[in-house]
Amino acid sequence: MSSEIFWALRDVDFEVPRGKVFGVIGRNGAGKSTLLKILSRITEPTTGMAEIRGRVGSLLEVGTGFHPELSGRENIYLNGTLLGMRRRQIDQVFDAIVDFAEVHRFIDTPVKRYSSGMYVRLAFAVAAHLEPDILIIDEVLAVGDLQFQKKCLGKMKDVTGQGRTVLFVSHSLSTVNTLCDTCMLLENGRVTQIGPTESVTASYFASSEETAGSLLDLTADPLGDQVCRMLGARMVDRSGERLSYAHIEREFGIEMTYELMQPSTGPVIPNFHFFTAGQCAFITSPLHQPPASPGRHHATVWLPSRFLNEGTYSVNFAATTPIPQCCHFHVQDQFCFDVIEDLNDEARHGAVHKVPGAVRPQLNWSLR
Amino acid sequence: MSVTRIQPRRRFSFFEWKEIVEYRDLLYYLSLRDIKLRYKQTSLGAVWVILQPLVPAIIFAVLFGNFARLPSNGQPYLLMVFTGLIPWSLFSNSIGRAGTSLVANSGLLSKIYFPRLIIPLASMGSVVVDGLVSLGVLVVLLALFGIGLGWHLLAAPFFLLAAFLMGLGLTLIVASLNVYHRDFGYAVPFVLQAWNYLTPIVYSSSLIPERWQFLYSLNPTVGLIEGFRWSVLGGVPITVTMMASMLSGLVASLAIGMAVFQKIERGFADIV
Repeated sequence: MSSEIFWALRDVDFEVPRGKVFGVIGRNGAGKSTLLKILSRITEPTTGMAEIRGRVGSLLEVGTGFHPELSGRENIYLNGTLLGMRRRQIDQVFDAIVDFAEVHRFIDTPVKRYSSGMYVRLAFAVAAHLEPDILIIDEVLAVGDLQFQKKCLGKMKDVTGQGRTVLFVSHSLSTVNTLCDTCMLLENGRVTQIGPTESVTASYFASSEETAGSLLDLTADPLGDQVCRMLGARMVDRSGERLSYAHIEREFGIEMTYELMQPSTGPVIPNFHFFTAGQCAFITSPLHQPPASPGRHHATVWLPSRFLNEGTYSVNFAATTPIPQCCHFHVQDQFCFDVIEDLNDEARHGAVHKVPGAVRPQLNWSLR
Repeated sequence: MSVTRIQPRRRFSFFEWKEIVEYRDLLYYLSLRDIKLRYKQTSLGAVWVILQPLVPAIIFAVLFGNFARLPSNGQPYLLMVFTGLIPWSLFSNSIGRAGTSLVANSGLLSKIYFPRLIIPLASMGSVVVDGLVSLGVLVVLLALFGIGLGWHLLAAPFFLLAAFLMGLGLTLIVASLNVYHRDFGYAVPFVLQAWNYLTPIVYSSSLIPERWQFLYSLNPTVGLIEGFRWSVLGGVPITVTMMASMLSGLVASLAIGMAVFQKIERGFADIV
């Protein structure tokens, strides 16, 4: 029997000083998750050694172990002890957790009757009151609504303000930029760069623009879980023809093809995250009920003419189910496209350089 | 400040019992979860815990005691069956329920670290609680039948502990192998059923012909059942062979269970 050896991580060597916020970035499959799993002791390394000084709290998702049939109170204790707290410690912060989550009236109700917002708030509240010396955080911030993300970010800043060491793994370059002092770039399981966050994220963004394109075909190796998998994405016009670039004057669509494998417990909602220059420009998801029948589906978002600025945009594709909160896939840095504009366009008023900004909508003006 | 060293483990190391003690609150809440979920949305709730061992015991007692008139060493047939069912349930329900626990909790195993042994132990928690309730029922039955207890009752906890530990050992084997081959999950009920018949639960071991006695006593669970039965009801003490095979079965199942569990533990998160 022949077997190919694949090293998810190789020769990774780094040090995080106490009180620093350390970011880890890299493409899908670069080894970020493996690194996190090793440092949080979920998987054992084949070789090598890591030394951690202090109590570790690792958050690879919020609400681990939450059970829909159990009450809010029971879930707080179960989740808290899972995160390594003792019962007495939870007793002490219990009221603060309930306050933070704003679920006073429902604390003895099974969480299956909670709204998705309450559920996520409660889950995050427990994690937020964990007080370790070192916090290892995966992209828990990438899912959930904007307000929740804001709240998480605020709490994260509190945590880092208290001189706690944080290891933060994310695709969201803007979050990494805001939070991290130092950053490490992983590529194919190896460290390619460690340094000040801004220079690392800048070179990462430049490299991802080179490799990603406006056509993504994942049919050979779909990404996702047992419920939903992403098969591909492309840029199209209204007649369904593929576009290789977008023109600022014309409407175009970003179409994602995905497959529902089994009837899901909740709606599977596609959402697209548009990035430019390492910053999230916007996130969009459909308002109407998404299809629920098993099989292949297409989700297309239409970008009106004169909306995006000229330049390069990358799109992250995700499919999520709000209750129980679950991210079926989150495909990042694999799709990008250019919006171009004729230089003699009237709206440019003769400008030759790129007009700054993520968007360039044509707005109504009053001139007197 | 505590220092954690993460590196590949040595081939065999003992369980970090200290760490399990540190996580005892988690063990408590996970067991509580299993117990609560078992009887959620039942109208009778805890009554099922009492009925589950009692009803089969009555059926067997009527079937074998009253109709087939099998021997019961002069004791009420119901009590003989019931004293057999207590250690047997402790042993077999552990394997039955906790044997699939690692697979059932794969979500936890792949997302967070805690001593892995907590998962099968917590699943056994509900079995232990069921066992304690059964002991309560036994006390009532003993009073109803007017059975006096003797000094040999002191041995009862020992046999129950043996049933628990032997169950733990086999649970670890089944739970670990189940992660790789789900076939075990399907095979276990049949094996337990066959094992049930080879153990003197619904009949007395005195039913076994003399020339087969030695071979029969090599089954480690024979000692568990007859030992507990003797400590409660008195009568003929268990033989040296029964005792020896019970103890060696216990040590072997624990040792193999721990070795298998540890060997497979490091890969859990990648496989489940």
